[in-house]
Amino acid sequence: MSKLTNEQLERYSRHIILKQVGGKGQEKLLGGKVLVIGTGGLGAPAAMYLAAAGVGTIGLVDFDVVDLSNLQRQIIHQTADVGKPKIQSGKETIAAMNPDVDVHTYNELVTSANIRDIIRDQDYDFIIDGTDNFPAKFLINDACVFEKKPFVHAGIIRFQGQLMTYVPGEGPCYRCVFPTMPPKDAVPTCRQAGVLGVMGGVIGTLQATEALKYILGIGDLLTGYLLTFDALKMNFRKVKIPRNPSCAVCGDHPTITELIDYEQPTCDLKK
Amino acid sequence: MKVTVNGEPLEIEKPLSVKDFLVVAKAEQPEYVTVQLNGEFVDHSGFETTTVQDGDTIEFLYFMGGGAK
Repeated sequence: MSKLTNEQLERYSRHIILKQVGGKGQEKLLGGKVLVIGTGGLGAPAAMYLAAAGVGTIGLVDFDVVDLSNLQRQIIHQTADVGKPKIQSGKETIAAMNPDVDVHTYNELVTSANIRDIIRDQDYDFIIDGTDNFPAKFLINDACVFEKKPFVHAGIIRFQGQLMTYVPGEGPCYRCVFPTMPPKDAVPTCRQAGVLGVMGGVIGTLQATEALKYILGIGDLLTGYLLTFDALKMNFRKVKIPRNPSCAVCGDHPTITELIDYEQPTCDLKK
Repeated sequence: MKVTVNGEPLEIEKPLSVKDFLVVAKAEQPEYVTVQLNGEFVDHSGFETTTVQDGDTIEFLYFMGGGAK
């Protein structure tokens, strides 16, 4: 017999009717633990869909407060939340949406000193990279390789987005594709170049889809592929990417064996 | 000769080094792009010695940050 309550059977009925999910799958989701790093353009929609789907434990990591300029795309935050820590705003939105979800918050910037502890805190099953900067993206990649945790990378800029999923032992990591960090200010950020608000929704929701599929154990993940999306051409492309045997972190003879704190980019164009 | 760049066909006159090809194919920020030639990564150190030939498939993979801010 199902362990789901009558209310849960109704709430998740559109999931349960799917033969790939069913009551068992919904129970897996309720037992699932996903860490969302960054509750911005990508993390906001990702966290909301995970919460609505009934992922029972969601971790939110962010050190920032809600800014008026965030609201064009970071839909987990409302106008009244401006000035509030993003993790608090995110937790409140999730609590109002689905009481089945246990939200853990980390009001911190991820660094080499804390990221492995945060991942271990609830022994998260899957990690979503919703960060906006390369030091964090490389840190998350390396930490997930070291902790043997799957994660989905994503990036958005202007009208474009990309994502790929790393599963330990099953395909390339982010560093296989992008071995070293670009120099500071070499690659524009959303703040500098702009981003269509929906890009976070499209790509962040795809990240949530990967997390749900991973927990459910269904379908094919984006392991070994980089998915790119061009909204102006309305074109999705899946580029096959091999694991790089000489990758510095997940290769056959790794040279990176400890986490690295790269210089955090400055907010030179913020105001 | 015909090659395929990020899924789109491109005509080039003669075989080119990856370095020259990046210019001809108008790669953005060629110093930071990841290049795949027929599915294999080309290390930046091999950009001058690796040649793009007729029928090759090339992918330019770009850094994309964004997300939170």
